[in-house]
Amino acid sequence: MSAEQKHWLVRPENIRLLWRIFIAILALTVLAEIPLHGHTYFGVDGWFSFHAVYGFATCVGMIVLAKLLGVFLKRRDTYYDD
Amino acid sequence: MIESFPPGLVLIAGAALLPFTRGRAREGLVIALPVLTLSLVWAIPDGTPLHLQFLGWELSPVRADALSRLFGTVFSLMAFAGGLFALRTANTLELTAALAYAGSAIGAVFAGDLITLFVFWELMAVGSALVIWSAGTEAAYAAGMRYLCIHLLGGVVLMIGVIAYMQAVGDATFDELTHDGIGRWLILAGFLVNAGAPPLSAWLPDAYPEASPSGTVFLSAFTTKTAVFVLLRGFPGEEVLIFFGLYMACYGIIYALLENDMRRILSYSIINQVGFMVTGIGIGTPLALNGAAAHAFAHIIYKALLLMSAGSVFYQTGKRKCTDLGGLFQSMPITTICGTIGALAISAFPLTSGFVTKTMINSAAAEEHLAITWFILVAATAGVFLHAGIKFPWFVFFQKDSGLRPPDPPRNMRYAMYLFSFLCIAIGLYPAPLYAILPFPVDFHSYTAFHVVTELQLLLFAGLAFFLMLPWMQRTLTITLDFDWFYRYLGPRLARAGTSAWDGVAGAVSGATRAAGTGALSWIERHHGVYGVLARSWPTGSMVLWVGVLLAAYLVFYYL
Repeated sequence: MSAEQKHWLVRPENIRLLWRIFIAILALTVLAEIPLHGHTYFGVDGWFSFHAVYGFATCVGMIVLAKLLGVFLKRRDTYYDD
Repeated sequence: MIESFPPGLVLIAGAALLPFTRGRAREGLVIALPVLTLSLVWAIPDGTPLHLQFLGWELSPVRADALSRLFGTVFSLMAFAGGLFALRTANTLELTAALAYAGSAIGAVFAGDLITLFVFWELMAVGSALVIWSAGTEAAYAAGMRYLCIHLLGGVVLMIGVIAYMQAVGDATFDELTHDGIGRWLILAGFLVNAGAPPLSAWLPDAYPEASPSGTVFLSAFTTKTAVFVLLRGFPGEEVLIFFGLYMACYGIIYALLENDMRRILSYSIINQVGFMVTGIGIGTPLALNGAAAHAFAHIIYKALLLMSAGSVFYQTGKRKCTDLGGLFQSMPITTICGTIGALAISAFPLTSGFVTKTMINSAAAEEHLAITWFILVAATAGVFLHAGIKFPWFVFFQKDSGLRPPDPPRNMRYAMYLFSFLCIAIGLYPAPLYAILPFPVDFHSYTAFHVVTELQLLLFAGLAFFLMLPWMQRTLTITLDFDWFYRYLGPRLARAGTSAWDGVAGAVSGATRAAGTGALSWIERHHGVYGVLARSWPTGSMVLWVGVLLAAYLVFYYL
């Protein structure tokens, strides 16, 4: 199947474009915090771009943790059938 | 009269009629019964209009207040949309069981006493097991049997608790359970089994994905959310619930990340979401309790929507595994859009229902200065986007092209998805009507600029983590071991090993017994047998001789 026939969403040049848009939106959400001062409770939650860093870091952490647990807990999906 | 009629009985009685109808009449019944129930839910004024006597206990099978009405409303909505989704594809057993199951759940949330609650609780277990079995596969039969075992066990624990509690306080009223004692803790344990709390949580992802496409939609709504309701009613502010809730929120994410079956991903995510609610109940402030109740309301709708989209994919392709799916957005645009709306709502994206409800729980944790709780809840909020918000739609509708080109599902299924997509967005845009029916007055504004911006940061950077680590997320043909390993793997093997060990012991014992018995028998035979010394027939001559000897001996003694 040639690139022309593929759905526009799966063509490589469009995927690159989507990535650029996504990164621009990420930057915008961080910049939008500059004028804002919400009520914060624990100190760190008031740090600039705390939620962005925390969201990214905890998600990487969860993926790594899941991967590690998977080493011990994953079995082929016919495990209980045998 | 109408005010004192238990609203759950409408669906249960209607379900009993269902097998005797067909075609238009049945469709009309499935659509009309939930509407009738909903109107009844709102016709009952606050209070307990009906009183019955049972074994010397006073029962109040109908107790209406804001909390029961809130759950009654969303359960009726769910029965309506679920019925609409199931209308053309579900078999008679499934539709009947599903309506009776929904009716029992509504009966449970209107129960004013522990005995009524217990009766509806057990009816729910039976109804839901029948929904699972109605899929008709061998896997569904086995999973349904395991499901029923766990729930009957939970039911027994609950019953013992109820009896102990009623004996201790001398009253069957179901309200906040404040009397400390064994009864209270057993009731809590029974409730937590249905909430999907550890350690028995594996029943949920084990059983729900084995039901039919529409069966899983029904199952996702009632059992766990009735458990949330009874915890809200009976244990508000019970601190131990915070630990259970946080564990569930994290457990759901980790297991969903490892999972390959799309409907099992969503099942793990039910536990994750119920974890948020249970944590809110544990925090126990009016804001937290409102948050838990509102989140249950929103969750039922978006989770059903997610499972409707997954059910549509399963119905149209016959495939459930992420490794077999992908690229479906090209031929199932409606399902993709509706599934994505559900995914955004569960992720608490601004402008969706999840945002206006979940932020209440998170804010309650912050306001109480529960630092660890708040940090875990926020991390779990990001994690929801990871495992349900992106992972589910990405692997099912996008990612690699599986080459499958199924069309969107039949009309009735699409209408059910439209309805719930609409509600997900409507509640997100205009939460006031939902806030108005919560148990406590609401003074909460989710749409502050700071809330919205920080939530977007949290979620979008979680999305960044997902796409950057995509190679780590690739699905494999695997399952993940859980607590059910003990009763699905270890238990049967121990039983088998025990049986064979017993066979060995029993063989040895029976061999030894047989040898001893044979020995004893042959000894007896030697002495008493046909030719044995003691059983031999003696010749008359020797008789006469011995008589002679005896007489002679007698004579001798006589003369002595």
